[in-house]
Amino acid sequence: MSTASASGFAGPQQYLEQQARWRTVEIVFWLCTLLPFVVAPNYLQLASQIAITALFALSLDLILGYAGIVSLGHAAFFGFGAYTAGLLSKHGWGEPLTGLLLSGLAAGLLGYAVSFIIARFRHLALIMITLGFGLLLLELANSASGLTGGADGLQGVKMWPLLGLFKFDLWGVTAYWYSLIALFVLFLVSRRLINSPFGLSLRGIRENAVRMRAIGAESRPHIRTIYTISAAIAGVAGAILTQTTETVSLGVLSFERSADVLVMLILGGAGRLYGGLIGAIIFMIARDWFSGVNPQYWYLPIGVLLIAVVLFLPNGILGGVSQLVNTERGQRWFGWLTLPPAWLPSWRRGA
Amino acid sequence: MNTPAGTPALSTSGLNKRFGSLVVANEIGIALPQGVRYALIGPNGAGKTTLINLMTGMLQPDGGHILLGGEDITALGPEQRVSRGLVRTFQINSLFPHLNPLEAVTLAVCEREKISRVWWRTTAGYRAAVDEAYDILKSLLLAPVCTRETRELAYGQQRLLEIALALATRPKVLLLDEPAAGVPRDESTELFTAINSLSKDITVLFIEHDMELVFRLASRIIVMVSGGILLEGTPDEISADPRVREVYLGGAHG
Repeated sequence: MSTASASGFAGPQQYLEQQARWRTVEIVFWLCTLLPFVVAPNYLQLASQIAITALFALSLDLILGYAGIVSLGHAAFFGFGAYTAGLLSKHGWGEPLTGLLLSGLAAGLLGYAVSFIIARFRHLALIMITLGFGLLLLELANSASGLTGGADGLQGVKMWPLLGLFKFDLWGVTAYWYSLIALFVLFLVSRRLINSPFGLSLRGIRENAVRMRAIGAESRPHIRTIYTISAAIAGVAGAILTQTTETVSLGVLSFERSADVLVMLILGGAGRLYGGLIGAIIFMIARDWFSGVNPQYWYLPIGVLLIAVVLFLPNGILGGVSQLVNTERGQRWFGWLTLPPAWLPSWRRGA
Repeated sequence: MNTPAGTPALSTSGLNKRFGSLVVANEIGIALPQGVRYALIGPNGAGKTTLINLMTGMLQPDGGHILLGGEDITALGPEQRVSRGLVRTFQINSLFPHLNPLEAVTLAVCEREKISRVWWRTTAGYRAAVDEAYDILKSLLLAPVCTRETRELAYGQQRLLEIALALATRPKVLLLDEPAAGVPRDESTELFTAINSLSKDITVLFIEHDMELVFRLASRIIVMVSGGILLEGTPDEISADPRVREVYLGGAHG
């Protein structure tokens, strides 16, 4: 992030524009997300799961990585979105896009309601509150089995073809396109958000909430807004899971899901947007692979990985990578990756 | 400013605060006329920082009133007082360690301009806000380091950034809590040049222990002792007062 200073300071405007500009490595990353269609057509279902999880991790990054709001119960919104999408379909509305929108909206509304409590607390208290809220919702879904199917899961979810054209097929072609595009669109929204004045205020809250008050800023409205947005995105992720798998189980609300997504974010590096995505990719592939090797103890290597990362790369994998790239030699070899591609400014200039 | 002439920029009356049985503010009544440079001095534990905390709303008084330009702000929260023009800096750096000065000051400008809720436009798009932030940094000699993370800055530069953040809120009354605390003597010159060249529209009250600086910068001085105001006057009156010598200056200056 701090590489721009090396390339000379042209002025405050230019500097901030530079910070917000697309870098080569980002474009490479998004092109790589298309690779599964070519290289691993048998793994598109997994790829779709990864994209969904990455979107969920992205939603957590917005509150944890940027605003410093800890949550151990973010699955509440993921699950709420998942059940909303499932119930919509079960009760006759199987159109995916509107279902997605409504589920995101529902999760966002829930998030907005909860945000009034969230905005009053920080740190440890937040962990307890979010944890408790997550468990509460899980138990609610469990006991309302008439509505949710309880421990048996929600049966009878049937999705209509996407845009009336593409059926959700067995191989997951439609599923992966669908989740990847949703991920990309919401990533664009998040990326714009963190480069905005609002995003700057969120980082201020994370860095020093007391000082925010002393410059005349009220943190709570900001926290409520980002929490609502984050909940909505988590809800969309949950809804995509329902729509692409045509089933909902209690697992969408589980504590494990909240904890896993936190682990992914810490693995990848919080507060960098891509951290959650990288973390989700590594976590999900590792889980798939290790559980194939040993279905019982697959969590063990992930635990070892997490400890190693926290010990040696306190800012996550991306933090470590960016440290390497910022060394002199790293700049020489990989510096071009952190700059906007040469062809991009030519048609984006004029601003 | 549409307040009648003669209304103090900031005043307090009968301000009280106690922590348990310890009285930290005792019937404090001061009135700062507009544009005047005030120094607030007194021995350690006299309640100087507490007074700033009370005036800025970081602490709630047990009794008394605080008026900003004639308006009673006693019941307002810290952020509301800031947006009305009562701004402080901190004795111990209270900054945004992982933001650079340009981001931090731009943040303060955006908050003041009420554009901090905008999430669909980039910060760089707000040209006026960014330029203003950069101008403030330039005036405090921070422009050359404005893209380095705050935590990497020299201590004296961080103290300057404290003031830059305060200026970005366009204060009418600026309360500086030991602006040069911890800064080596030879580096503090920059700081006090900066304070001295603040716009004359801004009323400044600063806490400072270095008497030479106090006498150089302040046009009036308030002396506090154990939670109360002992005396208020011009530098000459203060240095001539035997009580001040006794409680504060001691025999050393005599």
